[in-house]
Amino acid sequence: MKLTLKIWRQKNASDKGGFVTYPIDGISADMSFLEMMDVLNEELAIKGQDPVHFDHDCREGICGMCSLYINGHPHGPKQTTTCQLHMRSFSDGDTITIEPWRAKAFPVVKDLVVDRGAFDRIIQAGGYVNVNTGGVPDANEIPIPKRVADEAFDSATCIGCGACVAACKNASAMLFTSAKISQLAMLPQGQVERMSRAENMVAQMDEEGFGACTNTGACEAECPKGISLTNIARMNREYFSASLKSENV
Amino acid sequence: MSWVTKTLSSTIGRKLIMALTGLFLILFLTGHVAGNLQLFKSDGGEAFNIYAHFMTTNPAVKLLSYLTYISIIGHVIFSIWLSRRNKAARPIGYGVSTPPSTTVSSRNMGILGTIILIFIVIHMQTFWYQMHWGEVPFVTYDGVEYKDLFSIVAFAFQNELMVIGYVIAMAFLGFHLSHGFASAFQTLGLNHAKYSPAIEVIGKIYCIVVPILFASMPVYIYFTQS
Repeated sequence: MKLTLKIWRQKNASDKGGFVTYPIDGISADMSFLEMMDVLNEELAIKGQDPVHFDHDCREGICGMCSLYINGHPHGPKQTTTCQLHMRSFSDGDTITIEPWRAKAFPVVKDLVVDRGAFDRIIQAGGYVNVNTGGVPDANEIPIPKRVADEAFDSATCIGCGACVAACKNASAMLFTSAKISQLAMLPQGQVERMSRAENMVAQMDEEGFGACTNTGACEAECPKGISLTNIARMNREYFSASLKSENV
Repeated sequence: MSWVTKTLSSTIGRKLIMALTGLFLILFLTGHVAGNLQLFKSDGGEAFNIYAHFMTTNPAVKLLSYLTYISIIGHVIFSIWLSRRNKAARPIGYGVSTPPSTTVSSRNMGILGTIILIFIVIHMQTFWYQMHWGEVPFVTYDGVEYKDLFSIVAFAFQNELMVIGYVIAMAFLGFHLSHGFASAFQTLGLNHAKYSPAIEVIGKIYCIVVPILFASMPVYIYFTQS
């Protein structure tokens, strides 16, 4: 395959940045998108140019590290992670535009790498449970209905890649935050910090400068893990009920 | 900062205000359209004038009308705050942005709302202001004097531009409601496997039926009162 790549290049956080066009040839349809980027970077390295910086880690679609905005979609045209996107999703002769996630809360570090520390701070604000250490508890010691377990697991499949923020016209992090609140709010283990979690995670989300949700559903449509909007409704319920009932005056 | 102001100044709290004021305005629209159906009675406007008199003098209706004004103002103020925050959340946009599978209405609620607000100002100036402080002729039914608001309505809708403007404004209202109705319930956290599909359907019917009923009023007056 012969392609034209239009890639956002930016030296550092304070650089203005801009698009640079790279022609590339000899790309196999079976390559993953990131392997195609590797080919480009090898060519750039041979020419003595600075390779394109981009985030990646597991390349198995489970870590949430890859983050490219490809042709107007986070993770490209398929509802999957960039590492699981293959070049067969494109045609010979295509021009592919590659950009970083765009959000005030996700500042560009270099080229296509953005700082998603804002998500870490939201998790630190309440995305955890306190458990007694000691002996390993017996399996099924705490009965959890199958439906609840499944729903909590669906929410927990969020890998925190930030595609929801990238896709949202308001750069809102509500799908991410709601999935993280939901996965614990539904389970018995998450009850102890249930109210403080909702209050603190929402407060941190606001402090990071993310936008608010307008229920357009762009996040759900682009999420590589299919996290649903019902999580956002649940987060709102959790937040309202925590505001009314918690002892935090 | 007390917990109330803290909650209501969070993004979710401000969305709560948007949802509650929006739903109250939907209730208002329902009452408004039902009452104004009396314009279709061929009694020279008698039923409509008696109804208009009741609506401007009854204390309970007064209270509801103040709630309506507060809802409109609140809906506007909070939408401005949220829109500004949402704009600021993405200072640098994308080079390529293909809108994903979202509806045009859901992406343009602010623009639709602004057009509706302009309509409301014109609409209130034309009828509401006239009824309260303007010069309205009087009519007498069974020895009681009433303001003849119907004559003002009949006169206003002799103007083709006015009729066309109203019909177009109602189309925008329909699009605004097509997203707003179900969206308000989602924001309130009322998402349920049993009820959400019903809310979606009711919202879709509401956003078509109510604006069409409203739009048919100036059209009907235009063709019957010339």
